[in-house]
Amino acid sequence: MEHITTPKVENVKLLDRYTNRKAANGTLYLTATHLIYVDASAEVRKETWILHHHIATVEKLPLTTAGCPLLIHCKNFHVAHFVIGQERDCHEVYTSLLKLSQPVKPEDLYAFSYNPKMSKDNREIGWKLIDLKVDYQRMGIPNDYWEITDANKDYEVCNTYPPEIVVPRAANKATVIGSSRFRSRGRIPVLSYLYKENNAAICRCSQPLSGFSARCLEDEQMLQAIREANPGSPFMYVVDTRPKLNAIANRAAGKGYENEDNYDNIRFKFIGIENIHVMRNSLQKLREVCETKSPSMSDFLTGLENSGWLRHIKAVMDAGVFLAKAVKDEKASVLVHCSDGWDRTAQVCSLASLLLDPFYRTFKGFMVLIEKEWIAMGHKFSHRCGHLDGDPKEVSPVFTQFIECVWQLMQQFPCTFEFNERFLLEIHDHVYSCQFGNFLGTCHKEREDLKIFEKTHSLWPFLLQKKQEFRNPLYRGFTAYKELQPNTLPFSFQFWCGMYNRFDKGMHPKQCVLDHLLSCMSQKMKLEDNASELENKLPFLDGPLPTEACSFPKMGSASKTPMLNTPQDYEGEPPPVLTNGTAVGDVEVMSDVDQKNKENLSKHQDPHDLKDAFGVLDSEAKDGKPQHP
Amino acid sequence: MEFAELIKTATVESVLLSGAGLPPVRGTLCITSHHLLLSSRPGGDGAPGTVELWLLIRNVDAVEKRLAGSSGTITLRCKDLKVLQLEIPGMEECLNVASSIEALSSVDSVMMMYPFFYRPQDLRLEAGWHLFPLEQYYQQIATQTSQWRLSGVNRDFAACPTYPPAVIVPAAVDDEALRKAARFRQGGRFPVLSYYHQKNGTVMLRSSQPLTGPNRKRCREDELLLGTVLDEGERGFIIDTRSAQAAKQARMTGGGTEPKSSYPRWKRLHRPLERGRPLQESFIKLVDACNDTSLTMDRWLSRLESCRWLSHVKAALSTACLAAQCLDREEACVLVHGAEGTDTTLLVTALAQLILDPGCRTLAGFQGLLEREWIEQAGHPFHLRCARSAYSHARLKQEAPLFLLFLDCVWQLGRQFPFSLEFGERLLLTLFDNAYASSYGTFLGNNEKERCLCKVKESTHSLWAWLNQPEEKRKYLNPLYSRNALVIWPSVEPQSIQLWQGLFFRWIRSSKYLDEAWAEIQRLVENDDTSVEESAGNRRSQSLSDTAAQTENER
Repeated sequence: MEHITTPKVENVKLLDRYTNRKAANGTLYLTATHLIYVDASAEVRKETWILHHHIATVEKLPLTTAGCPLLIHCKNFHVAHFVIGQERDCHEVYTSLLKLSQPVKPEDLYAFSYNPKMSKDNREIGWKLIDLKVDYQRMGIPNDYWEITDANKDYEVCNTYPPEIVVPRAANKATVIGSSRFRSRGRIPVLSYLYKENNAAICRCSQPLSGFSARCLEDEQMLQAIREANPGSPFMYVVDTRPKLNAIANRAAGKGYENEDNYDNIRFKFIGIENIHVMRNSLQKLREVCETKSPSMSDFLTGLENSGWLRHIKAVMDAGVFLAKAVKDEKASVLVHCSDGWDRTAQVCSLASLLLDPFYRTFKGFMVLIEKEWIAMGHKFSHRCGHLDGDPKEVSPVFTQFIECVWQLMQQFPCTFEFNERFLLEIHDHVYSCQFGNFLGTCHKEREDLKIFEKTHSLWPFLLQKKQEFRNPLYRGFTAYKELQPNTLPFSFQFWCGMYNRFDKGMHPKQCVLDHLLSCMSQKMKLEDNASELENKLPFLDGPLPTEACSFPKMGSASKTPMLNTPQDYEGEPPPVLTNGTAVGDVEVMSDVDQKNKENLSKHQDPHDLKDAFGVLDSEAKDGKPQHP
Repeated sequence: MEFAELIKTATVESVLLSGAGLPPVRGTLCITSHHLLLSSRPGGDGAPGTVELWLLIRNVDAVEKRLAGSSGTITLRCKDLKVLQLEIPGMEECLNVASSIEALSSVDSVMMMYPFFYRPQDLRLEAGWHLFPLEQYYQQIATQTSQWRLSGVNRDFAACPTYPPAVIVPAAVDDEALRKAARFRQGGRFPVLSYYHQKNGTVMLRSSQPLTGPNRKRCREDELLLGTVLDEGERGFIIDTRSAQAAKQARMTGGGTEPKSSYPRWKRLHRPLERGRPLQESFIKLVDACNDTSLTMDRWLSRLESCRWLSHVKAALSTACLAAQCLDREEACVLVHGAEGTDTTLLVTALAQLILDPGCRTLAGFQGLLEREWIEQAGHPFHLRCARSAYSHARLKQEAPLFLLFLDCVWQLGRQFPFSLEFGERLLLTLFDNAYASSYGTFLGNNEKERCLCKVKESTHSLWAWLNQPEEKRKYLNPLYSRNALVIWPSVEPQSIQLWQGLFFRWIRSSKYLDEAWAEIQRLVENDDTSVEESAGNRRSQSLSDTAAQTENER
């Protein structure tokens, strides 16, 4: 709290980005974790909550007659434009937010103070919800070809890998150690996914330290062992996900890529996904396009094209599809790397798994996938998301791109995912929120050093508790679809308004099919529950039924009310065509998204018994008390 | 003219048909006066039974032939954007087939069109033609106000050849004044009532441009007509769908727009909407880009931008919102016109009604809207505008996809308000198909006068009669529909407007997974009243005959 000099400022305006409507007037509060804005001018109390960790940038704009503008950009694409009466107040809020949004010390992150009043046992059970060993077992590992080894238990092989890794049985300790010396940061080839049907595997590593001519026998043996672990194929692919030019440039620094002549029976291939800096700039451009006020269609499409964003999304998707096809159709194993093997490699491997295995399209499976390919394998969330005050050049939307690829798949295959878009957005929010320990730090070792598992909570059980609202009502079950073969022609990639303009509710469809179907589904479930309950009672009822039957009319009428979400609110204002020539649909009421966000990030769910969440997982989230004074 | 003269080869054996996502089929190709048929030999090639292609030749937009050795390939690009390939053994046969299809598809006479020959057994000729009489629409208005009357001034199409015999006009203006006003408007399209907004009694009128010309001519009757629409002290809006510049330029060719001095109580707003050749070219460019599978992401986005189709969608929706806003929020009367008043004018008046009036959002209401604002009452020249689609190599004459643009905008509304339209995408696709090539007479001709001359209503079947049959109708309904009495204000931000993939990629991408999702939605929603569904079990079993109905349609 030492950063908060002004906890409350009155007479603050919140400007609406898209309309010329009168700005809201209210009070701004700073708490230890959130900026809260309460609109006093509205008839209904409207609150806007912004988590400090979500703040990407705070800008003080030049003084206007109305006051001192403060522009806040959030990592979840929320943009808030406040105008504060007194410049002094504005400055104090500004400096407080700068410090609060990017703490210097890890222990100042929200997760270390977040206290959902959960018992120690439950907290620990929460961390055990995802067990990667179980996933390897699911793939049939250990088997004749693959083993789980604790070769890295003291981080001797690689300090950014987890203690346990999966390597070919044929690769002995010497091979592993030798190979690790020949790979950037010791990130040796390890198994990411084994396609049980044909023994083809997806493995991942970092670039080799090959320079212009260096070789390493152990590394060559390692690749041979991987290839031979798939006896069905005479060759394996080695995929470098970088543009060729970048890879060549790395040779001058003693790194580079595999020389096909030195490795037996490999087919080497470049897939040009750009690096983190290109991606960061691309997203910045996309942000600017999304924030343009009343752009013409041409402005928007040109901006979208110039940002290159969808081109990058397509590149990642193309790579994932290539991997999945190699494994499924060509029955060949694939070894994937980029430079360090923790950004593009993570994107591509996780996407390929998602395409190949329906398990990863379930709630549980998706959590496993993120734990496995991103968290355990050392995607540097802390740096990429800018959790702490650090090098801005390390920040990059690598994980956002993965989440978007999943969303693009959902558009093409609406019935194949157990979860819906909101689940993706929720995970995306929490990658930045630092409310849970999962995404803190950069690798497993660092999380151990930070005592994440002792001091913080895991996100996954909290998500499972809210499973009902994240469910995809169109999901046709685990067995309905196996491998997915998405169309990757450019037109199949759509701009994701729900992510990048998520808080501009006026742009979204005014009636929500998802909500409607979810309510249909829960009605149906309730009716079925009631029906079976009644059936159970039936034999015990002697006399006439009327007393029991009277619960029916209520239910009958309930089944006719799923239009709860039919928004009456868009009637509020017509698009202001007369004033500025373009129409903008918008709403008076605080957006649902805001509302949900607020609930998710600020209020405690009080999971009395987490086991509920682990089991059938149908329990509804229970509202706790707000934590903030 | 005899069709037989145009058919050089009536049948060819062993033709390989491919395209449109279907597995290639070999069979016998037959050319009839109106159809291209392909039947696979029963029992042959392992596939039992007969696979048939029933292609209305009118649907063919372009015929391309490529000869290689002794055989040739004909590519048929259809008006519904489907592309088919026929591999024909024998060079001469190939050339004959190609020229026969070309000749048959170019027959331009309305009376020679298939609807005049199509006689389905289960439909009556007269059914569907008089479902939406203007009298009925007028009666609704008459219960609210006495300021409007039904005029027979155009009984013999004398005042305006593109208006129907009956029109709704201000009660205070007599037929003589209407005749004079008609002479002051291009093509005689004097201001008539298009929509009465029950909520506040304001009205939307439509017309063509006034013939002010270079000498700034005036017409007292026209001024009087527009004057009587406004009550004492009221102001109205004229939405001109051309730019101020273009409207001014039109004076040189005898047209123009309402000058402030002569119409002091009407405020003019210019909202330029594309039409004519630029719009047709936009359509062609878009379809071209959609069919180019070699594009990179950047090239695709750049071509999507440069074809400007989505800009046209945005502009049409924005202008319709403006009209709706004037009526609903400003509580002011509106007159919409461009130049002829048969294209962009109708786009705006029809869309504005869909936005404002829940009655237009039902399946029947929408058909009524189409009759009032596009077909019977409005005289959109379908025959000219939809003569050719996006593939034709023929020199463009008067083709322009205004109706498609309208359907696209309706689709956007449906996407933004998924519960508010009673009908779904399938209806919009069917309307698009039928506007360009149809077995039914509904979209024939350019206006009511032409349809009367050709006896369309006596000699052809109505599309509405066919699609209002219960088992047919079901396919067009939106399972999520729930009547919404409110105005549906769409967002016209670029982020809210999407390319209509269901139309432009209908034959390019597989829709399997999306269809499954749709079926799933249907299942979920219908589960809400399971009992109803069960009692409709009979209906279900009947749906086996759907395929028969389908072929009937193709014919």
